[in-house]
Amino acid sequence: MRCALLPIQIDRLWLKARHKPLLRDISVTIKGDGITVIMGPNGAGKSLFIRCLHGLSQPDSGAINFAGTPLNSDIRQRQALMFQKPILLKRTVQQNLAFVQSLRADILMADIERVLEQVGLRHLAKQPVKQLSGGEQQRLALARALLLRPEMLFLDEACANLDPASVGQIESVLLEASNRGQKIILITHDIAQAKRLADDIVFLHHGQLWEHSPADRFFTRPASEQAQAYLDGQILI
Amino acid sequence: MSIFQEALSTAFLLILQRDADLMEIIGLSMQVSLTALFIACVLGLPLGALMGSREFRFKQSLRGIFNALMGVPPVVVGLIVYLNLSRSGLFGALELLYTPTAMIIAQVILILPIIAALSSQILEDLHEEYRDLFSSLVVPPHKALLAYIIDARYSLLTIILAGFGRAISEVGAVMIVGGNIDHLTRVMTTAIALETSKGELALALALGIILLLLALLVNFAAQQFKSFQTVQRYGGGR
Ligand SMILES: Nc1ncnc2c1ncn2[C@@H]1O[C@H](COP(=O)(O)OP(=O)(O)O)[C@@H](O)[C@H]1O
Ligand SMILES: [Mg+2]
Repeated sequence: MRCALLPIQIDRLWLKARHKPLLRDISVTIKGDGITVIMGPNGAGKSLFIRCLHGLSQPDSGAINFAGTPLNSDIRQRQALMFQKPILLKRTVQQNLAFVQSLRADILMADIERVLEQVGLRHLAKQPVKQLSGGEQQRLALARALLLRPEMLFLDEACANLDPASVGQIESVLLEASNRGQKIILITHDIAQAKRLADDIVFLHHGQLWEHSPADRFFTRPASEQAQAYLDGQILI
Repeated sequence: MSIFQEALSTAFLLILQRDADLMEIIGLSMQVSLTALFIACVLGLPLGALMGSREFRFKQSLRGIFNALMGVPPVVVGLIVYLNLSRSGLFGALELLYTPTAMIIAQVILILPIIAALSSQILEDLHEEYRDLFSSLVVPPHKALLAYIIDARYSLLTIILAGFGRAISEVGAVMIVGGNIDHLTRVMTTAIALETSKGELALALALGIILLLLALLVNFAAQQFKSFQTVQRYGGGR
């Protein structure tokens, strides 16, 4: 099954804050199913870029189309975004998921059980969120995103605070979702993870798009010097 | 016997005997202030949530007005309500002056600004925190409003208690619009003022002690509610 929001066509996207350009003239088309990974150094504009794709930040100019339709609230409801810093309600784990259930008629109690199981938080269902560790909060945010069963899922450094076993568990959840036809767009700094998951890579630096290539080519023969330097672990300025 | 000892024993005697006049005064005090509190919450909490989470014209002016009103002396509020309810006033035809309803109106005006202004601050902080999530999930405004109020419930409870404190302890406004009429509009604070002016200091102090106990009792009940909720939701200590 193919994601009905594809292709994503981004045309001449600009975003400025106080005259400082944060995203500069980004044009790219993401066509393929599977997992797109966005890479780039800190401050490259990765988070802003996916916020634009989800309608949380307004570009100053440029167009974003999903299967030919500009972003609207219907499309946003078919997407989900997992934030870099999890935003959770000051309630229990279970109640955070129940809140999402109260918004969408098609989510069942059984779905809540299932996603809790998927992210390994079943035993903490009754725990208030403020008593969770950073990694557990991140997994809850992921569970909430999965609960929405979005056609397109954005993940902003979803595995940043997780132990290796949890990372493995989350990756298999993501691969499974991808195989079911959910489009996944993921930001990560973990090169090994990108190699394991990515079908294609978008490389940003200083708010500019330097490269959009299939993953195998990006890791063996990156088109730009910047990407090569980034992969080599050199500091980019 | 010092005046304090005399007052203490008078207070306990009055309570133990369940003195009918006293019970009536306490009952009316509670009835008036709780009704005023209820109305102020029904109006003030949604208003606070609105000011804390939505952008609209004149929002800053509205905020400024509520902030200023928090500091208005009760006698001034009493005077304004009096002028409006008196025979020649705007609402004179309703004949509300010197009734418990008039006292409720005055107390609502006194505590509504506290509830609205302080809750808007708390809900604004929460809105800042939740905003991106709620627009990502496309949460309809009324559900977002409800979520803010639920998640800020403990801070809001503190504000509500502050409002109740101002209402039950206030004397100037209820004196002016209620008139301190025996068996009709006499409440704790106006009774204390009256007994003091009559020189019945022990009785006045006894009433003061009872008022204090009442305030403590309400706060204690709120505290119990809070810990009960916590235990119920999150299970006991671990
Ligand atoms: N609201 C904002 N106002 C001004 N600058 C911002 C704002 N949001 C992000 N930035 C800046 O834009 C740049 C890109 O941010 P971000 O997309 O978060 O980077 P990253 O690639 O690490 O996710 C950073 O330099 C950041 O400081
Ligand atoms: Mg980021």
